[in-house]
Formats: sequence, C-alpha cells, structure tokens
Amino acid sequence: MAYRHTIRGVTYLFDDLRTLLAKATPPRSGDELAGIAASTASERVAAQMALADLPLSAFLNEAVIPYENDEVTRLILDSHNAAAFAPIAAFTVGELRDWLLSEQATGELLSSLAFAFTPEMAAAVSKLMRLQDLVLVARKIRVITKFRTTVGLPGTLCSRLQPNHPTDDPTGIAASMLDGLLLGAGDAVIGINPVSDSVASVTTLLSMIDRVRERYRIPTQSCVLAHITTQLRALERGAPVDLIFQSIAGTEQANTSFGVNLKLLDEAYAAGLSLRRGESQEGSPNIMYFETGQGSALSANAHHGVDQQTCEARAYAVARRYKPMLVNTVVGFIGPEYLYDGKQILRAALEDHFCGKLLGLPMGCDVCYTTHAEANDDDTDAIMTMLGVAGVNYIMGVPGADDVMLNYQSTSFHDIAYLRSALKMRPAPEFEAWLERGLQNELSLAGLLSA
Amino acid sequence: MKEIGKRDSPPVPDRSSLRAHTPARVALRTAGSSLATAEILDLNLCLAEARDAVHSTLSTASLMPLLRERGWSPILLKSAARDRHEYLRRPDLGRKLSAESRSLLDRNSSAGSANDLVIVIADGLSAIAVERHTVPLLDALTPLWLGAAHAPVIIAEQARVAIGDEIGELLQARLTLLLIGERPGLSSPDSLGAYITWAPRIGRTDAERNCISNIRPEGLSYADAAARIAHYLKAATQRQLTGVALKDDSLFLPDEA
Repeated sequence: MAYRHTIRGVTYLFDDLRTLLAKATPPRSGDELAGIAASTASERVAAQMALADLPLSAFLNEAVIPYENDEVTRLILDSHNAAAFAPIAAFTVGELRDWLLSEQATGELLSSLAFAFTPEMAAAVSKLMRLQDLVLVARKIRVITKFRTTVGLPGTLCSRLQPNHPTDDPTGIAASMLDGLLLGAGDAVIGINPVSDSVASVTTLLSMIDRVRERYRIPTQSCVLAHITTQLRALERGAPVDLIFQSIAGTEQANTSFGVNLKLLDEAYAAGLSLRRGESQEGSPNIMYFETGQGSALSANAHHGVDQQTCEARAYAVARRYKPMLVNTVVGFIGPEYLYDGKQILRAALEDHFCGKLLGLPMGCDVCYTTHAEANDDDTDAIMTMLGVAGVNYIMGVPGADDVMLNYQSTSFHDIAYLRSALKMRPAPEFEAWLERGLQNELSLAGLLSA
Repeated sequence: MKEIGKRDSPPVPDRSSLRAHTPARVALRTAGSSLATAEILDLNLCLAEARDAVHSTLSTASLMPLLRERGWSPILLKSAARDRHEYLRRPDLGRKLSAESRSLLDRNSSAGSANDLVIVIADGLSAIAVERHTVPLLDALTPLWLGAAHAPVIIAEQARVAIGDEIGELLQARLTLLLIGERPGLSSPDSLGAYITWAPRIGRTDAERNCISNIRPEGLSYADAAARIAHYLKAATQRQLTGVALKDDSLFLPDEA
C-alpha cells in the first residue's frame, strides 16, 4: 500500500511500508549505497511525518519482506503477542513515541510488552526519536540474564574480555586474559574470536579458559566465537562449552550467507541446554550469545530493499527466540560504506540498544570503528558514555582497545574502568565479590598456562 | 557509594613482562585508572599513521620506473570512483573500471591473445603498503614463478579487489594475481594482500579466490608470501580453479601444515 504526505503543497509519495521506513531513516551511508535513502532532507522529514501518523496495526498488515519468502518474517508474525498488543493497538507510531517517554510507560510494563512489539514497530518509532529519547526509554528497561554471573542488574556495567591473538597462541591469549582480569574485565564473558575455525582450536581455547576459571574460581563464562557448527562439533566431542555463539542477521537470505537458519539455531540451543552448565534462573537458562550489526544484510546483498536499521531490528526477533545470555551489536565494525562517521555510528549504537531492549534483549554493544571510517577514540568515548547512561548491559574489553586479530578499534579495559567510575557503576555482583576477595592477585601467566 | 577501582586493595602488579608474549597492547601505563599521556600519544600516532595510509595517494611516479627496470610495461588505470571520498562510500564503483580506463585496456588487448597470468597492482585502502612491498614481493616471486616476468602488469587506482575480474576478463587471463593495500590496523598501516583468481570474470565472488594476507616485514615476509603465491598459482593451474575448494585441499601446501 502507498503512503503520502503533503508539506506546503508538495506531496511526497512512498510506494510501500519498506520504502516509507527507509526514507524516514536518519541519514547513513549504507542506505545511500543501497539507493533507498531519502533523496532530500525534506523528503526524509515528510516520511517521518507520514510514519508518525501510521497506526501500529499497519505493521501487522504489511510485511516488509513477504511472509511466504522469509522465515524471519514468519517468526516475527507468528510470535507476535496479540493479547499484549491490544492495549497499544490504537497508537500511531508518533503516539507510541510520546507514550514511551511518559511516566505511564514503566520499565516493568515495557518488559511485559516485549512480544507485543514487532521489530519493525521498534525500528519505526526509533526513527522518530532523538538520541536523548533513545537513552531515556532504554534506560527504563532492565533485561537481566544469568549464567555464572548476573548481567544487566541496575547500577552494574559488565564487560566481555576479548583476548584475541593473530595466531590463536594460547600464551598470547593468556597474557591478554591476565591483563583484563587484573583490571576488572570479563564479568559478561571471556570470549575469543579464533583465527582458525576448527574443532581443535575451539576445544583448546575453551579448555584453557575453563581450567583457569576453575583454578582461580573466577565467576564468569567462556565462549570461542567460531561458526556455530564448529562449536556444536566441539560440544559433541566433550569440549567445555558455556555460551554458544553465532552472528545473525535480519533476513533469511542474510542468515543463509552466515551459514545458519532457525532450525540449526534450534538444534544448537537444545544441545547447549542439555549440558546444564549454567545456573538457571526461573527455569529458563541463558546460554546463547549473538552478535549483530547494521549493514550485514546489505553486504550480503540480502536486504530486499529494507533499510539497514530495520533489518538490524529484525535480527533481534531471531535472537529473542533463544532467551540469550548476551546480545551485542558490533556497531562500527562493518565500515564507512554503511556507517560513515562517528555521528552515524553513535546514532546506530543507541538505536540498536533501544530496539534490542524494547524487544526484550539483554543488549550490550561493541563500540567500535575501523581506521577507514571518519571516527576516532573521542567518538568511542561519547558512544560508550551515552550507552552507559542508557543502561547498556556490557561493552568490550580489548587490550588498548586495539584488536590485533580483527584489526579494528573497540573499547579497552581502561574504558570500562572509566565508565564504571564516571557513572558510579559496578561489575556483576558475583564477579565483584571475586575481585574483593583479592584472588586476582594470585594470577600469573605461568599459573594460567599450567592451570 | 564505593567507587570501583579506588578501594584499598593492593595495586595491580607489574605486568610489563606480558608484552613479550603478544602484540596486543597489554600492560599499558596508567594515570589513575585511565591511560597515561605517553600511551594516549602512542595510540594517537598509530591511528594517525593508519589514517594517513587510508588517505594516501599511490605514487605511480616512483612505482612505474621500478617496474620498467624489471622489464614490465605497466598500464595505469583508474576505477569508476573519482576520489577517495567516493571510493570509501561506494565500494561498487571501486570494483569496476572507469569508462576511459576500460576503453584504454580494450585498445591494448585488441591484438588480443590470451594471457596465462595478469598481475594487477591496486592501491586499495593503503597506498603505502603497495609502494613499500609490491616490488620486493614481485622480486621474490619471479624466480619461483617464471611466468610472472612476462605477465602484463596493470596499476589500478581507487580500486577494490574485484576490479581484477574486469581487467582479467578484458585481457583474457587464465589467472589474475592482484596485490592490494589492506585496511590499515592500528598496529599495521602498511599490510599488503594478495588475491589469486582463476578464470577471472565480472561477478566472481570472494569465495572463488584465494587470499594471502598481512604481507609486510613484521608480518608475512616477502619470501614466505612469494612461496605461498607460487604454490597457489601452481595448484590453480593444475586444478583449474581457485577459492574454497583449493583452500580446503589439505594435500596442497604441505610446508604450511
């Protein structure tokens, strides 16, 4: 169905819902690359005005990617909670924004509405929100998960310790782990991106972290971020798998390019649950870890004319099916052809965090940039600070913020210390208790390697 | 409220010995719980070098004579991306030749017999990497793969990897070897990549090529990189393919195991 809006005698026409969403999106290079962005600033505002007047029910009547063609669309519509949606069904997108900012929309109420919102609704309302709106609403919503540590509690900021090494050398990885643990990082997960996507490599690294964790009684969980099929094979052969990781995207075709689909994710989730390694809360263990990022569908040529932020929100429908322990957008990783500069990366980070929380996910963020984007560490500082105020569950801890394996700039152990200090936030309680026992002072490189 | 990191616990022990075990930036010096001035300035310098590499222009005036001295007659081409700004925003334009360059190459190849190997030198995201490492790498390669000495050499500016497919197609190449400046990391502003593609033609995917990365003295040496390239060229010629199928062949590259 077509949408239109007239401003001072000029009528702007939008052919369908996906076009309206794309044209209403605040500027970013990826949508321009895809040829779907608004062609003028005025057209963008006209689209936002038309979107503001759109009733939420429109998103249930028109799929941005047809139901028959895409399993993510089917998941979104089949898991929509019509009963929870009923009280907000009469809202337009603009009215939803106003209501989200009101005192009536408490965190508890918003959490109960997670499955009343579709990703497209979340994306739509975010396009009408300023950065401060994205902060204020996300801040209300707590999504708390537990494995060995509890992540997402009010007043806490957790971190993934990311001790990557260009050749997966266990000594080099242990050196970075030691550095991070001594500086208070690693309470969300110790997670390694391996160079080699092999069962042997995954098993070696998981076993090393597991022995260290046992020897020094470190309350945390581990993950080696190989392809999910590699992790499953390692799991079947007895590797100590805590969290199961996969990169996901918001269209079936993009997920196919990652070598995954819902059936495979279902199998991995079931296999992980059967291990019973984590401490469950309320009978729903959190064992999955997902990474996402705006632009992944476009880069796989699998975006179907849908803007990259809406595609990203659709990935969250995939994630929430599995009650994940951790989800983070890797927001500036993909390069300037998708998010050109610090301003675009900042907005995307806050959109992703907001949409994820609204849809019920324990959102963290890999605040990052590449050296060919128009960004530097000042941008990282601004993004992580706004995310901290918005209540982000965790950020990354990389030595000196410089990932020497993936060649990109993320956040450092010192950045985590800064954010905890500036915003009066603490580590996960179990991890903080470990830090206070002083056990980290017994750590040594030789000890880690002989654990 | 108690502040994290400012309690009475003993100070973090000296960890400077960790630096010997990883290129990662461990054991950085601090001011309070933040980074010390010297560390910040070092990070700033590394980023500055990487940024300068991204925005540097390939010095063809110094590269061309070096190639001519070695018997090549390099042809200088440009992609459809007009400048660095457009190049960074439009990867699609960096993957194809400008109209002028295409017709120039057409004229050059119109006498047109097929070529076994075409060498493409592309600036990519680090012209510095190309200027520093291309000639020494080719010097290491030619004794190992004699055909390289007779291969047409193309220099492509504002170019991405896939531009080699269009060039290879126009020159009827059986194989292209494309050398390109990789995206600078903070610790590696001048890393060169090599891509080998069998039967290049427009539309090839990255899964259909083999890549050798991180070629620079601090990473993969010229000699090792040349040996790997020669192995790939040989295997590609034998099996008439490149890409995932070649990479997964464990019989191939026995000295890498």
